Amino acid sequence: MNMNYKPNPENLVEVNDLKMYFPIKTGLFSTTPLKAVDGVTFAIKPGETLGLVGESGCGKTTVGRALIRLYKPTDGDVFFDGKRVDDKSILGLRKDMQMVFQDPYSSLNPRMTVEDIIGEPLDVHHLYTSKADRREQILHLMELVGLNAEHATRYAHEFSGGQRQRIGIARALATNPRFIVCDEAVSALDVSIQAQVINMFEDLQKKLGVAYLFIAHDLLVVHHISKRIAVMYLGKMVETADADELNSNPMHPYTTSLLSAVPYPDPKIAKSSKRIILEGDVPSPLHMPSGCPFRTRCKYATEQCAQEMPKLTDRGNGHMVACWNK
Amino acid sequence: MAEEKNILSVVDLHTTFATDKGEVMAVNGVSFNLAAGKILGIVGESGSGKSVSAYSIMQILEKNGSIKSGQILYKGEDITKWPESRMRDFRGKCCSIIFQDPMTSLNPVFTIGFQLKEAIKLHTNRTGKEVEKRAIEMLELVGVNEPEKRIHQYPFEFSGGMRQRVMIAMALACEPDILIADEPTTALDVTIQAQILELMKDLQKKLGMAIIMVTHDLGVIAQMADEIIVMYGGRVCERGTAEDIFYRPCHEYTKGLLRSIPNIDSMGKRLEPISGTPINLLNMPKGCAFCPRCDAAMKICLEQQPPETRTVDGHLASCWKAIQAEIEAGMIHVEAPGSGT
Ligand SMILES: Nc1ncnc2c1ncn2[C@@H]1O[C@H](COP(=O)(O)OP(=O)(O)OP(=O)(O)O)[C@@H](O)[C@H]1O
Ligand SMILES: Nc1ncnc2c1ncn2[C@@H]1O[C@H](COP(=O)(O)OP(=O)(O)O)[C@@H](O)[C@H]1O
Ligand code: SF4
Ligand code: SF4
Ligand SMILES: [Mg+2]
Ligand SMILES: [Mg+2]
Repeated sequence: MNMNYKPNPENLVEVNDLKMYFPIKTGLFSTTPLKAVDGVTFAIKPGETLGLVGESGCGKTTVGRALIRLYKPTDGDVFFDGKRVDDKSILGLRKDMQMVFQDPYSSLNPRMTVEDIIGEPLDVHHLYTSKADRREQILHLMELVGLNAEHATRYAHEFSGGQRQRIGIARALATNPRFIVCDEAVSALDVSIQAQVINMFEDLQKKLGVAYLFIAHDLLVVHHISKRIAVMYLGKMVETADADELNSNPMHPYTTSLLSAVPYPDPKIAKSSKRIILEGDVPSPLHMPSGCPFRTRCKYATEQCAQEMPKLTDRGNGHMVACWNK
Repeated sequence: MAEEKNILSVVDLHTTFATDKGEVMAVNGVSFNLAAGKILGIVGESGSGKSVSAYSIMQILEKNGSIKSGQILYKGEDITKWPESRMRDFRGKCCSIIFQDPMTSLNPVFTIGFQLKEAIKLHTNRTGKEVEKRAIEMLELVGVNEPEKRIHQYPFEFSGGMRQRVMIAMALACEPDILIADEPTTALDVTIQAQILELMKDLQKKLGMAIIMVTHDLGVIAQMADEIIVMYGGRVCERGTAEDIFYRPCHEYTKGLLRSIPNIDSMGKRLEPISGTPINLLNMPKGCAFCPRCDAAMKICLEQQPPETRTVDGHLASCWKAIQAEIEAGMIHVEAPGSGT
């Protein structure tokens, strides 16, 4: 932690050198730290969306959870609206920072009615004056996310995937938050339904001014919804830039291969484009390579890459890259 | 003849499941041809009957499911009439299948080598050292490095992408004419997905087999398929070459599907979703299955299932709206009511 760190007052969320290590038992008496997140830095302005992409297991969910303090970070500074987020201040900030989870099937209690699911955060934070007020707020939230008022007394398991995702979003919106972490919030949905939910996220942002950290593995979806995009690899941030800039001018070798691997929904482009096929797999986070985490799969790797982790440096217009050779 | 180059023809297939809420018609009159050495893509949203179509071909349906009617012709012979003993030979030797989740399809307590060798022994008459040699060859073919060492390892020691390679190796051990891949890369990261798709195309060229690629991912289908069928509610709604489907869609569902995906240049624009909710097979409309969600729906759509017709640009669709366009183009002549067929 750096107690002298001064956040930029323009940012709603600011994260500096965030680290989240999990102790993993490796023997009877020994543990090894699994460095799920190892030095991540980014900022989000009010009403803006930052997309977060990277391979499965690279630490995206962990960033989201540590950020809103569902985990206690190992190290680093998190600021919300200029205030340092710590064990004490989070109690007052919970209302403002919410999360929507990946799986619309398991993240809602099937034995609760829609009304109770959405009403729970209102109860927790005492956000109503009377029973009638509570009911009215719930119906308003349901309308916001495009759910029918008649659905209020039904149980979560009676709904389709897209509808459940809407229930989860209505619940996250109940406390009128200024920031929502959306962890793969549309990934489990069919494309036609996915488009409905993405539009809803965008409408809510316009209407209510919420900022999102939008975690997803579908790069076309992330590009569509994000102002800026951050790319992670093995717990580290390797590149961040404005969405269009990242897409047209990727610099980090991992980002380049990630973008070239996207199957583009157009036969001529998909069949003719030259893919950069990466060799091998992501190393285990328990056996992190020295220096740059990408060097075991990188064709530009040099001696220096094994020695030291490159720092994120600004290559102009806020396009940040962590690479020695690009 | 056209039939001769089709290694597999599915004709008017109906597959149902008995459930406590009644009989579910998961595949409702599906027909298609698979040309030897080609890749056929089956695309559609979840629950549209893609997997059940594939499992019907292999006859590996769950206990409550059965093929109600229709034919599945392999080299001209109807395999729905074959006894289980003959089907066992069919699976593996003529046609193999790989699934979405390679972990659940490998047995965690046996080594990779053991499982691969069992598959080889089951479907070929190789013995002893030959089996091991073949196993190592197959792993090499699918790009697993150090195969001599790897055959002694267990599935949990392999990553998701490597497990899927092993599944492909097993499926191809006996050089089948047809490989069915049911969402083979859905559980994988994009960079690993790119490796596996490349591998499948490579092997398809090398070994000359035909592939049925089942997926809900329009990007994967665009990259892989020569021909595509689009499914909705257990029926085929449109079929054609990849170019027909992506550049000249005629069925309202296909059009809606293509409009709803984000594009590189869709940033800042609103997506155009398909309205409504996915289909409920227990509550199927009388006419077109897509009718409750279709913005172009007409009265006839509610009442009558659209027949499959040749579209204005020459592929096939089952949509009244498309038929209207064909009538306007003078391709179909409507006869006065009562004047016969
Ligand atoms: N509670 C935990 N205890 C131990 N290890 C954990 C824990 N949570 C996550 N990890 C590990 O931390 C790493 C990052 O996990 P995380 O869930 O953040 O990945 P992710 O990027 O969200 O992946 P995905 O795309 O699969 O959701 C992984 O190696 C994971 O196994
Ligand atoms: N064993 C089963 N019992 C009852 N219904 C089933 C069974 N297997 C599949 N179905 C139903 O059949 C329909 C088609 O399923 P499937 O082919 O798996 O869809 P997909 O197109 O996603 O592969 C779905 O409505 C599904 O719920
Ligand atoms: S720092 Fe070295 S290994 Fe890492 S991405 Fe750049 S060139 Fe490759
Ligand atoms: S047949 Fe009618 S309802 Fe069905 S897709 Fe075509 S226009 Fe729409
Ligand atoms: Mg995650
Ligand atoms: Mg399926």
